[in-house]
Amino acid sequence: MTAILSAENLTVAYDDFLALDTVSIEIAAGESFGLVGESGSGKSTLLRAVAGLAPIAGGRIMLDGKPLDANRRDRDFYRKVQMVFQDPYGSLHPRQTVDRLLQEPLAIHGVKDAERRILRALDEVGLGSSFRFRYSHQLSGGQRQRIAIARALIIEPQIMLLDEPTSALDASVQAEVLNLLEQVRRDRKLTYIMVSHDLGVVTHMCERLAVMKNGKVVERLSSADLVAGRLSEDYTKNLMVASKGFVREGA
Amino acid sequence: MSTMLTVDNLKVTFPTRTGAIEAVRGVSFTLGRERLGIVGESGSGKSQTGRAIMGLTPAHAKITAKTLNFDGIDLLSAPAKARRALRGSRIAMILQDPKYSLNPVMSIGRQIVETLRTHENVGKREARDRAIAMLEAVQIRDAARVFDLHPHEVSGGMGQRAMIAMMLIAGPELLIADEPTSALDVTVQLDVLRILDELVAERGMGLIFISHDLRLVSSFCDRVIVMYAGKIVEELAATDLGNARHPYTQGLLNCMPTLGTSRHPLPVLDRQPEWAL
Ligand SMILES: Nc1ncnc2c1ncn2[C@@H]1O[C@H](COP(=O)(O)OP(=O)(O)OP(=O)(O)O)[C@@H](O)[C@H]1O
Ligand SMILES: Nc1ncnc2c1ncn2[C@@H]1O[C@H](COP(=O)(O)OP(=O)(O)OP(=O)(O)O)[C@@H](O)[C@H]1O
Ligand SMILES: [Mg+2]
Ligand SMILES: [Mg+2]
Repeated sequence: MTAILSAENLTVAYDDFLALDTVSIEIAAGESFGLVGESGSGKSTLLRAVAGLAPIAGGRIMLDGKPLDANRRDRDFYRKVQMVFQDPYGSLHPRQTVDRLLQEPLAIHGVKDAERRILRALDEVGLGSSFRFRYSHQLSGGQRQRIAIARALIIEPQIMLLDEPTSALDASVQAEVLNLLEQVRRDRKLTYIMVSHDLGVVTHMCERLAVMKNGKVVERLSSADLVAGRLSEDYTKNLMVASKGFVREGA
Repeated sequence: MSTMLTVDNLKVTFPTRTGAIEAVRGVSFTLGRERLGIVGESGSGKSQTGRAIMGLTPAHAKITAKTLNFDGIDLLSAPAKARRALRGSRIAMILQDPKYSLNPVMSIGRQIVETLRTHENVGKREARDRAIAMLEAVQIRDAARVFDLHPHEVSGGMGQRAMIAMMLIAGPELLIADEPTSALDVTVQLDVLRILDELVAERGMGLIFISHDLRLVSSFCDRVIVMYAGKIVEELAATDLGNARHPYTQGLLNCMPTLGTSRHPLPVLDRQPEWAL
């Protein structure tokens, strides 16, 4: 496989705590790759490291066959790679209007045709033009998350790093956003790396996935393996059991 | 069952330059010592309903209700000081944006300790031990390390659980939990629910559980309210979700991707204008 993006023995350290411990993954062009694993296992750190936002202590990241600088990313990088952060509250400036938030990446990358793109982006994430001049602090959690997705898609990147992109959305809006993500991936041959704690969502969106624990990749498998229960790690097995819902003891 | 909270015809409206936004348009329900779930569409007014009960509605918004009563206290006419006192002790809310509701310049452990010490007269040592025990109870690994971290240094799910630990240590009578487990994987989600469940069963806490996860809510709560465009469109016993009548609720049940079913694209709702009337 020709990898568009790969990490080789990637290590991220905060003082003497290893948030990522020699992690290696390879993602093929056009693939949708899933990351699952317990809270605090390093999923967001891996995406942040690719985006140049985590202190890399070892190993390297390759994009299109070329190694990336440990902590600097240039404008061309962000033209190619966009990230949707886990936390829609932190990633959008609260005192900016939706219009401004969507204009900004277009202006940075000198993209023409802003008016049409903004209207289309809002429409795609199910927020009509009435949201265009709202401030982000005037939006609900799920509305912010959709603006964050629209903002990442608007400059038509090649790779999207998606950190729990639909976890703040109700199932009806989630379905629309997932359909949109699948459609643009097909139309524009995009590559996704997607973190989700919802196994239904990851297996729906991704062909292959990696399971993380304590900063390491502990299992790699296909969605088909997961669905069929062909798993080796206990953690993955627990995830499967727990995804059946809450069971009151003695009930 | 004794009623602790009565909400009757609650409305929350935001005046903006381009006209009024009606976030909550006449919501009514009562709550006893039970688990009430609120599900609903993104932007349907779930958080604003919770915030109104807490007294955290932005100052410029207009809020009205026929009744908004907690344990005999009329919340709308209560002075700001009385509401603040309630918020600190008897009513607590886990906000949807946990990391941003924590103090960014104070370690997580210190925030939990301070919360505990405003409620109970405990020594430093004991406060620290209890804070760490609470972090462990919400399944935070390596709680002693996390105790000393600041909010920007923890993962999404860890921040959410730190916030839960802080609210639980205050021991409120009414807890409003706004998407408290949305960043947690299912295994941890269930542990957190078990803790909340115990508090309802053993301490008689009333719980309003706001979530977009219908599956979770129906397996955990006693009753579920379904909101759409600022209104309650349906109320159901949690076990009765399969008999939902409103097309929004029915649609919700049908558009979730599930393990082992392959549906591309996922079915979507055909939203009718009359749902929002
Ligand atoms: N700035 C920082 N300083 C210290 N530790 C950090 C910092 N940023 C992240 N960490 C630690 O790195 C670990 C991995 O965090 P990360 O956000 O990658 O987890 P995650 O797998 O995305 O979890 P979640 O599912 O809860 O979002 C956590 O233990 C966290 O405390
Ligand atoms: N400060 C504000 N000014 C104007 N409108 C606002 C403000 N805050 C919230 N709203 C609007 O009020 C409506 C209800 O918001 P609320 O946060 O209660 O939604 P929600 O049901 O919690 O949604 P989500 O599931 O996405 O969090 C939304 O349409 C939102 O855009
Ligand atoms: Mg994360
Ligand atoms: Mg909300």
